[in-house]
Amino acid sequence: MLNMIRGSRRQIYLLLTVLLVTLLSACSKESPQSTFDALGPVSQSQLTILWVILGAGAFVFVLVFALLIFATIRYRRKSDDEADPPQIHGNNKLEIAWTIAPAIILIIVAVPTVRGIFFDANPPDDAAFTVEATGHQWWFEFEYPEQGIVTANELHIPVNQAVAVNLYSVDVIHSFWVPKLAGKLDMVPGNENHMWLEADEPGVYFGQCAEFCGESHAKMRFRVVVHTQADFDAWVIAQKQLAAIPTDPLAKEGYDLFIGQAQCWACHTIDGFQRARGSVGPNLSHVASRMQLGAGIMDNTQENLRAWLEDPNSFKPGNVMSRDAVVYADPSKGLSEPQISALVAFLRSLD
Amino acid sequence: MATESLDIHIKFPLLKRPLHPTGIWGWMTTIDHKRIGILYGVTAFIMFLTGGVEALLIRTQLIGPDKDYVSAEVFNQLFTMHGTTMIFLAIMPLSAAFFNFLIPLQIGARDVAFPRLNAFSYWTFLAGAIILNLSWFLGGAPNTGWFSYAPLTSSVFNPGNGPDFWIIGLQVLGIASLAASFNFIVTIINMRAPGMTWTRLPLFTWMTFITAILLVLAFPVITVALIELMFDRAFGMNFFNVAAGGTPVLWQHLFWVFGHPEVYILILPAMGIVSEVLPTFSRKPLFGYSTVVLAGAIIGFMGWMVWSHHMFTVGLGPIANSVFALTTMAIAIPTGIKIFNWIATIWKGSISFKTPMLYAIGFIALFTIGGISGVMHSMASSDAQQQDTYFIIAHIHYVLFGGAMMGIFAGMYYWFPKITGRMYDEKMGQLQFWLMFVGQNLAFFPMHFSGLWGMPRRIYTYGPDMGWTLMNTLSTAGAYLVGIAALIFVVNMVKSWRKGELASQDPWDARTLEWSIPSPPPEYNFEEIPIVQDRDDWWERKRSGKAKTAPAAVPVGGGSGGGHGIHLPQPSFWPMVVSIGLFIGAMGLIYNIAVAAIGGAIALIAIYAWSFEPVNEPDEESGH
Ligand code: HEC
Ligand SMILES: [Cu+2]
Ligand SMILES: [Cu+2]
Repeated sequence: MLNMIRGSRRQIYLLLTVLLVTLLSACSKESPQSTFDALGPVSQSQLTILWVILGAGAFVFVLVFALLIFATIRYRRKSDDEADPPQIHGNNKLEIAWTIAPAIILIIVAVPTVRGIFFDANPPDDAAFTVEATGHQWWFEFEYPEQGIVTANELHIPVNQAVAVNLYSVDVIHSFWVPKLAGKLDMVPGNENHMWLEADEPGVYFGQCAEFCGESHAKMRFRVVVHTQADFDAWVIAQKQLAAIPTDPLAKEGYDLFIGQAQCWACHTIDGFQRARGSVGPNLSHVASRMQLGAGIMDNTQENLRAWLEDPNSFKPGNVMSRDAVVYADPSKGLSEPQISALVAFLRSLD
Repeated sequence: MATESLDIHIKFPLLKRPLHPTGIWGWMTTIDHKRIGILYGVTAFIMFLTGGVEALLIRTQLIGPDKDYVSAEVFNQLFTMHGTTMIFLAIMPLSAAFFNFLIPLQIGARDVAFPRLNAFSYWTFLAGAIILNLSWFLGGAPNTGWFSYAPLTSSVFNPGNGPDFWIIGLQVLGIASLAASFNFIVTIINMRAPGMTWTRLPLFTWMTFITAILLVLAFPVITVALIELMFDRAFGMNFFNVAAGGTPVLWQHLFWVFGHPEVYILILPAMGIVSEVLPTFSRKPLFGYSTVVLAGAIIGFMGWMVWSHHMFTVGLGPIANSVFALTTMAIAIPTGIKIFNWIATIWKGSISFKTPMLYAIGFIALFTIGGISGVMHSMASSDAQQQDTYFIIAHIHYVLFGGAMMGIFAGMYYWFPKITGRMYDEKMGQLQFWLMFVGQNLAFFPMHFSGLWGMPRRIYTYGPDMGWTLMNTLSTAGAYLVGIAALIFVVNMVKSWRKGELASQDPWDARTLEWSIPSPPPEYNFEEIPIVQDRDDWWERKRSGKAKTAPAAVPVGGGSGGGHGIHLPQPSFWPMVVSIGLFIGAMGLIYNIAVAAIGGAIALIAIYAWSFEPVNEPDEESGH
């Protein structure tokens, strides 16, 4: 028995050291979605509150564990016929003390919490512009009404400017989350939710859907690209360019397929082509300019694009394109290798 | 009326009432609360192992990046069934096993108030468990998560049968829980032995009482939600259909108005167990009995005012979020009180570290961690970074595994001698505790980090570039350790039950009435109903030297002497037949409405026969 206790004491020390080490490494900024690496005012305010409550929590943790460990070591039964300990039934003063003390701690942390809730919810008055973000199974659509741009899976914003984001969903509930910039908010069908984002540094930030939304929920991601103001303006101008019928013969062949027999137009919009006005899938007007394909799941390279068109389902099980597009749903209408090459050439020309 | 039922039995000999059944038939017709408790416990533990296997599959898939041991669809089914199983088929019925076995013993009664209803609760629970798990073999298990948010559950987004199994399974389980809860409420109010006043009630009984009340109030809410969902799916109604003006968020409100009290339904019984184990193994009374009871009651009451803390990111607006943040913080206070009272209980005690005590102390430690992360979630603003991430998974597992299950393990070891009449293997128990303790910390602590590093829950895969690999590998290793510990537990229990050392009546020098009778207790529990004179009556009796002498007692329901002349209600198979009817009816609701009608008819006929079946057949009523 004694050995057992000694052993357990050692184990507890060990556990505590491990905890401490891991706690310290918790500030790790290596993960692209680490909430410790707060790079915008919203995420910073949330991180500050986290540290406040983590501090209070650590205090309670140390207190409880110290008492617990002390008691288990100090008051262990030494022999089986030990006399009964004093039969203490309670102590009102003590009990009142440990009712009031936590209440005080909680009141202290309640103040920043409530302030934080209002801070996150209300975009500042000088917000640069508004983005309408819509969740789809399993990708994100971003519309810039003021700029007249629609894009997918890649949200571009200027640095150091608050951007208001309105959230919608066309099917089930999703959740819009860019951990380094702001906590999440759900995209609820039939509701309109409001939040705002601001980034302190230019760069690329990872986003991910956080509410379980069906089979490929794990693969519903996006990127936020933060530009300097000049770069952002240039991006806007580039995105507003209308597509033109390609001159390269292979790409032209792909164009014909796209707006013709392959029926890609039924789901995809390409600004500049009357025929391509579909809204089930992502807007492809400038698909070649994007960094990622398939809602942030792979780099936008020629090979990946080709692989995606060959079999979207192998990258994203259950996705709507492989489920409903004729070329995948009906094997007799499947795309041939040359057809895929043509489509790839066409899509790569849309920059 | 008695004659009428007798007629049935005489006309149809197959339906003859089993007066002294043996073997399996004996278990199937039993209405003895102790045997029903054992049935509950064994079934629920098998379900716990099933949910555990599901967890291990989940953890195996996540052991490293880009694994595809299971498909996305199967993964989604696994976590849905893991959550549903652990909550509804493992923890709740494991608690029910203790309610059944112990409440009559703790309050000095011979059985529960409605023994046949009690049997019905068990068989209906079994029916619900079978329905839910049948889905694996009938086209795929439910795949929408254990809280199944609308509209993902609609027939548009989910044409398969999975959600139907989920809806119907939970409805059936709800019937079982409601019947059991009413039974325990009435039992605790009405069946207490003379002198067993409310301020003398053992803590476990108190927590059972509060839990039962919570259940009775909470289950109707989810019943309504499930009916709405069923109508949406089966009859094209539009409660949650946005296109027709429905509101998906309504589902969330209904679910969590049930779901948050449900959290306390899961944890309060464990708190009750711990409040029994700590005093026994410290040889000290519970510190601040009234405070602990009151804190439990306040938690139960305030549990109704915090549901939207599960919905901080739904977009209810800053005012609603602030209100629910504050109420949630407030609920931490009574919880904290309990923790400090438990520590004060062992303080200056004479602590013996038998396995149940290790588990009880482990409970305090791990539940504290879960409580702290719970308070962190109440900070609605920073919770926006934690909601729906692995940080939440860490939290619920510290509360439900580190809390509820640790408490339940404490209880299983603690009462094992009472239930089986044999001692478990102490060495194996200690080993098993440490494996379990280390294993679950290894499994769940790293999840705090994977969560704060941005890993959402319910993803079947992640990339190597996300920085989550190490934490996930650790979690998986911990999960395997927990799995090994669970197996050791099974070995210990099975081995000890069959040939463990015989247990004495009171091996732990315990405090409550169940230890004043033989292990295992005779069918009639108490030869004579005790007259209770103290809180911790049995302890006080032992310490004042009166234990060996006959306890102060009133002969109720028969004289003394080896239980002769004590009349217990006789076995009955009708409760089981009603449950079979419900099972058929429920499967009919999924597949074919005509079958549902047949099942309903079977249930109704059985209820009718049951109502006219006397407690005891007249010919057996000698001398009364
Ligand atoms: C039934 C509607 C539908 C049809 C028809 C369809 N798609 Fe798609 N497509 C989608 C959807 C939905 C997505 C988004 C999939 C996801 O990420 O879950 C998508 C995604 C894509 C993407 C990736 C876009 C990005 O930004 O990541 C490309 C490229 C694409 N489709 C090309 C095509 C081509 C070429 C065709 C014709 C052969 C086609 N699609 C036909 C619905 C469709
Ligand atoms: Cu999602
Ligand atoms: Cu809750």
